Amino acid sequence: MPEQPGKNAIEVRGVRKVFGTGENQVAALDTVSVSIRENEFFTLLGPSGCGKTTLLRLIAGFDFPTAGEILLHGQDIAPLPPYKRPVNTVFQSYALFPHMTVAQNIGFGLEMLGKPKDEIEARVAQMLKLVKMEALKARRTSQISGGQQQRVALARALAPQPKVLLLDEPLSALDYKLRKEMQIELKRLQNETGITFIFVTHDQEEALTMSDRIAVMSAGKILQVGTPRDIYDRPAERFVADFIGETNFLPGTVVSKQAGVATVKFASSATISAGYPEGFDPTGEVTLVVRPEHADLVPDPAKGTITGTLSNIVYFGTDTHYHVKLDGGGENFIVRHQNSRSSAVTYETGIKVGVQFEEDAARVLKD
Amino acid sequence: MTTATLSPTTLSKAALFEAQAVKTSARRNRLLSLPALIIIGVFGVLPLIIICVYSFLVAAPYGGVQWQFSTDAYFNFLFQRDIFDDTLQFTPDFLIIYLRSFLFAVVTTIICLLLGFPTAYFMATRPPAQRNWWVLLITIPFWSNLLVRTLAIMFIIRDEGLINDALLALGVIDKPITMLYTNFAIQLGLLYAFLPFMVLPLYSSLEKLDFRLVEAAYDLYATRRQVLWRVIIPLSKPGIIAGCLLVFIPALGAYVTPLILGGGVHLMIGDLIAQQFGSGRNWPLGCAQALILMAAVLVALFFYVRNTSGKVQHG
Repeated sequence: MPEQPGKNAIEVRGVRKVFGTGENQVAALDTVSVSIRENEFFTLLGPSGCGKTTLLRLIAGFDFPTAGEILLHGQDIAPLPPYKRPVNTVFQSYALFPHMTVAQNIGFGLEMLGKPKDEIEARVAQMLKLVKMEALKARRTSQISGGQQQRVALARALAPQPKVLLLDEPLSALDYKLRKEMQIELKRLQNETGITFIFVTHDQEEALTMSDRIAVMSAGKILQVGTPRDIYDRPAERFVADFIGETNFLPGTVVSKQAGVATVKFASSATISAGYPEGFDPTGEVTLVVRPEHADLVPDPAKGTITGTLSNIVYFGTDTHYHVKLDGGGENFIVRHQNSRSSAVTYETGIKVGVQFEEDAARVLKD
Repeated sequence: MTTATLSPTTLSKAALFEAQAVKTSARRNRLLSLPALIIIGVFGVLPLIIICVYSFLVAAPYGGVQWQFSTDAYFNFLFQRDIFDDTLQFTPDFLIIYLRSFLFAVVTTIICLLLGFPTAYFMATRPPAQRNWWVLLITIPFWSNLLVRTLAIMFIIRDEGLINDALLALGVIDKPITMLYTNFAIQLGLLYAFLPFMVLPLYSSLEKLDFRLVEAAYDLYATRRQVLWRVIIPLSKPGIIAGCLLVFIPALGAYVTPLILGGGVHLMIGDLIAQQFGSGRNWPLGCAQALILMAAVLVALFFYVRNTSGKVQHG
């Protein structure tokens, strides 16, 4: 859907970025267009090498696009050097200045903007408070922990009140618990400051929990943009479904279709109705995707849409995964079952089971 | 408690063993440093002691020393005893030579820094595979003797040299510009001789620089000039200090270059001291001059290092 230009913090229009020359040319970004709204927590999600960091660096100004425009509040910033863009970056390595104190690091941007000294001091104090680092303001950046460095890097990037904050996998160096804390912290900072955040990550869980919207990228292209729920429940392509969360893929044949819903027949001649994305016309042999938690086991194989043998049971604490070896062959089908105190039926490996699908569980996707 | 199985005696035994291990490894380390210590002792400290002792003796008429205590050498550095009425007269000749040498060394250091920094920065920002080639190029002058290279400079800048011949042939000038045996020649020779000693430490410092910090500074609205002064220079300070020391100290005591390119007309400290052991036949004076130079260098170093390390801290 087209967006109103005024409402967008960043608009990327047909941006291409090619590295190298001649035969060594590599297109890191292949004609990407995306609009990022004001005050949005926007995530670029994808595996390493998908071009997400390249896109971030183009917005920051460290690299310049081979073709295309990058608009900031309607103004083309693609040719501007980084120091002329009201955009700040939190680096993966933090890149704190080792020859300065915590407070000097935070005040650096304001100082470079030529702000008066008392204004810088007030703003630095405010930032120190925001990231809860007041006690360590006189420390060298080498004398504080990784989590603290992370906070300083955030404060330093937020201090000049940028229009857009860019975050390049800022949590990847932290341990699990600290990462969870910082996820909540980042979300809080974004709410409090009202600044547009563009967050780069390869961690789908991080993306789902923090973002207002996510752009899933692969091989220099944006495959899908949507809310976490959109992306998870209605993936547009097989890659998106595969990359985000666990997914079962089932082969089938389209028998009929109308108004975005196709009737698909399995090899076992059972049929199921499955939705498909806009602009996609499924015909013939297709792949169905079903999330493990959208399917259920039934002890009586006759009642299942598909049937198979229970080959493995994996206990995860909160839930249990049942691996079903389908009668038609192919990959194991996984059913996720939330554990509760009153699980009535217990299953054993080796028995014949049926698998039922919830309403709207299956979708037909582009390969 | 599981620790109860470790009795106090086993604990202390373990500690004792560890202490012994540390002691033996320390002894072994000391043993390893012995060859170096012997060399420093015999060829560094001992000559220094001899120089110190000689400086307080009386010169023998045909060189060497007479074993008789005297502070004349130090007096003669600044004063001369009048031959007729035996009064002391202040003669700043030596002092002027010292000051001139300091000036040469300071100018050499500053120009080497100004020329060397961009060079080192260029080298450090090349792709890693290329960098070693650049380092190799910088070290090429070391492959031949300084004396030979200095003589080569002489052939370039003398009146019938390459530069003058070329300018005359082009008709830019109608009589040769005198460059050899001038202060300019000495300065040129010093710059040429010491530039690599500035470039190499600067390069090793800049090569370690994390260029993501430069990006971070650009991102935080620093212009190119501000990035240079606020990030690159403060972070390459160790290289700047090392380079300045490696250029300044040998430049101050340079001997061959001023001798050949200055033609003995414009004396520097090195020539002056050499003279005392040669034609001057005044070993104590030469020793005193050498020690005074050393003291001056130490004092200068002390202030330099104190100032620069202070600046590093204040960012």
